[in-house]
Amino acid sequence: MTATSETLLKHANLNEAAPGVIRHDVEAVNDRESRPLYESRKKVYPKRVYGTFRNVKWALMAVTLGIYYGLPWLRWNRGPDQPDQAFLLDLAHQRLYFGPLDIWAQEFYYITGILIISALGLFLVTSVAGRVWCGYACPQTIWTDLMIAVERFWQGDRNSRMRLDKAPWTMEKLFKKIATHLTWLLIGIATGGALVFYFRDAPTLAGELVAGNAPFIAYLFLFLFAFTTYLLGGIAREQVCIYMCPWPRIQGAMFDSDSLLVSYRSYRGEPRGAHKKGQSWENRGDCIDCKQCVVVCPMGIDIRQGPQLECIQCALCIDACDAIMTKIGRPKRLIAYETFRNIESSKDGRRSPLRLVRPRTVLYAALIPVILAIMLFGLSQRNDLQLTILRDRNPLYVKLSDGAIRNGYTVKLLNKQYETRQFKLNVSGLRNPTMTIVGFKKATDPVIEVKPSNLRSVRLYVSLDKSAVDKLTPETEFMIQVRDLKNGSVMEHPTTFRRP
Amino acid sequence: MDDHKNIDEATGLETTGHSWDGIRELNQPLPKWWLYVFYATIIWAIGYWIVYPAWPTSSDYTKGIWGYSQRAAVVDQMSMARKAQDTYRNALDKTALTEISANPDLLNFSLAGGKAAFGDNCAPCHGRGAQGSKGYPNLNDDSWLWGGTLDDIHKTLRVGVRSTHEDTRTSDMPKFGIDKLLEPGQINDVAEYVLSLTSRSTSPEAVERGKAVFAEQCVACHGEQGKGNKELGSPNLTDGIWLYGDKKEDVVESIRTGRGGVMPFWENRLDPITIKQLAVYVHSLGGGK
Repeated sequence: MTATSETLLKHANLNEAAPGVIRHDVEAVNDRESRPLYESRKKVYPKRVYGTFRNVKWALMAVTLGIYYGLPWLRWNRGPDQPDQAFLLDLAHQRLYFGPLDIWAQEFYYITGILIISALGLFLVTSVAGRVWCGYACPQTIWTDLMIAVERFWQGDRNSRMRLDKAPWTMEKLFKKIATHLTWLLIGIATGGALVFYFRDAPTLAGELVAGNAPFIAYLFLFLFAFTTYLLGGIAREQVCIYMCPWPRIQGAMFDSDSLLVSYRSYRGEPRGAHKKGQSWENRGDCIDCKQCVVVCPMGIDIRQGPQLECIQCALCIDACDAIMTKIGRPKRLIAYETFRNIESSKDGRRSPLRLVRPRTVLYAALIPVILAIMLFGLSQRNDLQLTILRDRNPLYVKLSDGAIRNGYTVKLLNKQYETRQFKLNVSGLRNPTMTIVGFKKATDPVIEVKPSNLRSVRLYVSLDKSAVDKLTPETEFMIQVRDLKNGSVMEHPTTFRRP
Repeated sequence: MDDHKNIDEATGLETTGHSWDGIRELNQPLPKWWLYVFYATIIWAIGYWIVYPAWPTSSDYTKGIWGYSQRAAVVDQMSMARKAQDTYRNALDKTALTEISANPDLLNFSLAGGKAAFGDNCAPCHGRGAQGSKGYPNLNDDSWLWGGTLDDIHKTLRVGVRSTHEDTRTSDMPKFGIDKLLEPGQINDVAEYVLSLTSRSTSPEAVERGKAVFAEQCVACHGEQGKGNKELGSPNLTDGIWLYGDKKEDVVESIRTGRGGVMPFWENRLDPITIKQLAVYVHSLGGGK
């Protein structure tokens, strides 16, 4: 026991753990027992970045937001009494208008095709270059980026924002905060507003919204999306990606050690440390530990700790680091799109060649044109008249008083043209059939008129007299033909005639 | 000691200590706002209890201050749907039965409404596809006891057959067997004669004897040729449609008991427009004249 500790003990009257060993009366700061069950959010203050990837992101933001806000206002002339909005999801009439196409509810499989292609495209880019979707194109990323830009406009860059948050409430702070939130809300309202235009003629609905006589559902969705845009893009931001989105978990399964991921090239950067003027770059890494990559990160992570679930791979840290590398005269891309394989092998000084052609990339890339071809083939086979024949099943046949047998059919004519068309029905493959169409006099040769872009359903009865029926098998195939009176084209549909 | 078990080697983070197939879950703290969202849902639920019907009581339930009721909502929607049909219903009311088919919209409205009403009211006897069954006429064919024009069908719907309506369509075939109006042998002969009208008799002698009985007892209603009479609802015995079956024993039974099926009347039970729709629908089934 030294003299000092002896005196300490005597004077401070502290406990002894053992003779001469002082017991400190403290508790562990991060005591396991008192560790919080719930994590408080630490606010992220992303710093402004300049560079290639930032410019790409600005451009993509302009394009995607431009499409989102602008698309409902594009017009497309479809003729009188037809909607003239280029892209319109008309739920009331169960129709999706997209330029020259209008997809009916029963043709929704085209949308399935688009969804499959989108999914495959997503798989492909993810296996090639990681979370490109998350980093550049996800609405959450785009709107968060926009909201951060707004925040920066009113409150300044990272440091001023941090200072402002710490500062006491003054009129200036109040003004800046209110201005920021109001702008976010306005963006939210514009976003929700644009959404509802996709479902109803945009100019009409815009007028109704302003005048206050739009349908309730339009206001509901407008404010729902205004609120979620404000909440998710303005306030929740990175929390959405980290805690709400399932996609980061799924994407982990889609890239491999050959995928180009935004990574810190530790083999080049380490050992890191401050670089003094005139100091040699020998035996040390290029990373000067300036933490620019950390302060620009919208997710609030340190990319140098390796791949992380939180990283959306927006590549802003690449821009930030490149600027620093240029300044200190070292080669750029200390942080870069890099493969796991290369990072591992480069530790031993070997470069691994980039393998873009791998089974999974080939599979995804090959499936896309296949699906596309199937879809285009389906689209090319799409007729502007859809003929459906529903055979009566109850009763299967009707015996008439003179022994003749009658079968009933519901004929549905779907006219996809934007003009009224006239059709005549005919039957081929039966001997001497008698045709009757409900609603038409028997003696006349009925002309069936179908309105533009409309469906007409008619009841058709076909009967055969006793002598003809006796020669038939219980089920006879024949054709119901539909002739377009204008151009003479004939479409036919097989069905059957049943007898007892 | 246990503490060491609950540390994940790869990350150095604490795990929950639970193991599934050797996989353990990191014990990551939940973000606080998530907890607040949970509290918010509880508050929301309490709001629900206050405004909507929520809790059962011993004899009733809490109604909620908004007084919402699904039943009332359905009734509301039904009346709105009814209102939306008003243009068509008014037009239908003003249009003569025979004129309806000239207007495709009105025709479709009648067919759709008629089909629904048929399913609700007529299908129990006539079948979902109006195909009928023994004793219940098939409405798809072209054989009509009381006539198959729109007006005939409309009237039958309105007043019924042998119903309690004061204007009911009615006729009464005697119960030749039960009331001992004919001997069993005579009944057999008449049946043979009736079958001979569709060339199905087996005994020419019986047909001869039956013809005499028929002339005496049956022609008044069924006509000299047995073609029936729509005024009296007496069936045509020369066609291929047999309401009670086409076998000899069926015919014998008909003569013995007189049959006499009943159809209820629908006037005042269905509104006039629905009856009109039903008439158009039944007429459209293929046999309408």
